Amino acid sequence: MTRPTLTRRTLLSSLAATGAASALRSLSPAGESGAILTRPIPSTGERLPLVGLGSWITFNVGDDPAGRDSCAEVMRAFFQGGGRLIDSSPMYGSSQEVIGYGLKKLGRAAPVFAASKVWISSGARGPSQIEESRAQWGVARFDLLEVHNLMSWEEHLRTLFAMKAAGRLRYVGVTTSEGRRHDEMERVLRSQPLDFVQFTYNVLDREVESRLLPLARERRIAVITNRPFRQGALIRAVERHPLPPWAAEIDCANWAQLLLKFIVSHPAVNCAIPATSRVDHVRQNVRASYGRLPDEALRRRIVAHVESL
Amino acid sequence: MSEWWTYTLSDIQSFSLHSYYRLFELYNRAIWPAQIAALLLGFAVWFLIRRGRGRLAATILAACWLWVAIVFHAHRYATLTWTARYFAWGFGLEAALLFGRRLAFENRRAGRAIFAFALLVQPLAGFAFGRTWPQLEIFGVAPDPTAVATLGVLLLASGRVRWELLVVPLLWCGISGATLLSMEAPEGWIPIAGAVLAFSVAMRETLANRRRRTAVPAIS
Repeated sequence: MTRPTLTRRTLLSSLAATGAASALRSLSPAGESGAILTRPIPSTGERLPLVGLGSWITFNVGDDPAGRDSCAEVMRAFFQGGGRLIDSSPMYGSSQEVIGYGLKKLGRAAPVFAASKVWISSGARGPSQIEESRAQWGVARFDLLEVHNLMSWEEHLRTLFAMKAAGRLRYVGVTTSEGRRHDEMERVLRSQPLDFVQFTYNVLDREVESRLLPLARERRIAVITNRPFRQGALIRAVERHPLPPWAAEIDCANWAQLLLKFIVSHPAVNCAIPATSRVDHVRQNVRASYGRLPDEALRRRIVAHVESL
Repeated sequence: MSEWWTYTLSDIQSFSLHSYYRLFELYNRAIWPAQIAALLLGFAVWFLIRRGRGRLAATILAACWLWVAIVFHAHRYATLTWTARYFAWGFGLEAALLFGRRLAFENRRAGRAIFAFALLVQPLAGFAFGRTWPQLEIFGVAPDPTAVATLGVLLLASGRVRWELLVVPLLWCGISGATLLSMEAPEGWIPIAGAVLAFSVAMRETLANRRRRTAVPAIS
């Protein structure tokens, strides 16, 4: 399966039409002052808020009723803040069931953009795993399904594209994390008509800036970035230091917002997906979808400052 | 998983320490008062070893391993991690290997110490690492003290070293210790220390047995 390669002229005209600055738009969610920043998914133009919600580790609470209620409150705060995209995977233990529990509890107050993955070596067993995930979420269909860590991606992409053609799925993507398999990821991005790609990008892990981010932009593929805080280690490292005063220039009140705004200010990035089990943290995170974003000079300053700590 | 060799344990560690402790809390509340019965079975194992009733002692240990396989791993731990189903099979295998096994025992200091530690000290050590009463791991119903106690019993066995029975508890102690350490819980060193000690004693015994077999008899 191939996607027509963009010519320089079509690329330039499309960039002019949906340029980095004009691609950002502000919407006003209920209960939030100001306006939330969104970017369009290139393949459809549908707009997504810049900060989503991951579920790795934090939502894997098993059968614990208190843990499930706590996660539901995290989801409630996320939606109240204007967030939409929640990301999970069959690899994440009970996370998908816990998300389903939260969605059922929140009912109509949950305008979720449901993003999960297929993660199984057998291509033939992909559809049954997807159906199991869908039942756990309790959604009629997924908005986005991605092939997790490129596992058996040829077979799974055939399934996902067929689901999309049949109207049982809206978007198709692939993922990797922590800098793995970028060469193969590049080949997949060049050869497949993907809507989304997900990989690791944060202020210290910037390998994707050289190839994958420009390629995703050229191929008009939406980008989700994982591990924005290196599973919390990055936050723990920088929080020992005071927030630089110039963070206020881009409306950041804490380190989490500064680190997230660095990520989502890259023009190719649609959404960062920090995970948390705390309501106060999800409120902080989703606020990074508001206010001013750093320009290129300030982005470089953020990198230099964090690397110097 | 592709490029599996590039993954560390913390990369695939899919739950938090808080969730792990809560798992034991809910489990202990659900099975209460089975912990009392399990502790009594532990003392019974000690009594039977001293009375030379090795077969019955091994069968009681087998029952503990089977309980942990089914009630803990397959029903509880599996809600947090897909790997629990494989752990359940491993514990079931150890139960099958121990069931009805004829074992004779000698009075060995290392074996006694490890068994007593697993039965009496290891559960209470959880307090030192922030666990509450309901979150403690008890011999016979929780995997770590059951595995460490079994290592102690096997070191008490006379004759050749029972490596076929040692493999699963040694592996489990390594896995559990690494899991806890990946969540930055220093109590992970407890099962690892138990395994290292048991492995060292068993290896020394194996080498000593080999030397005895190959030694040339002295001519008088």
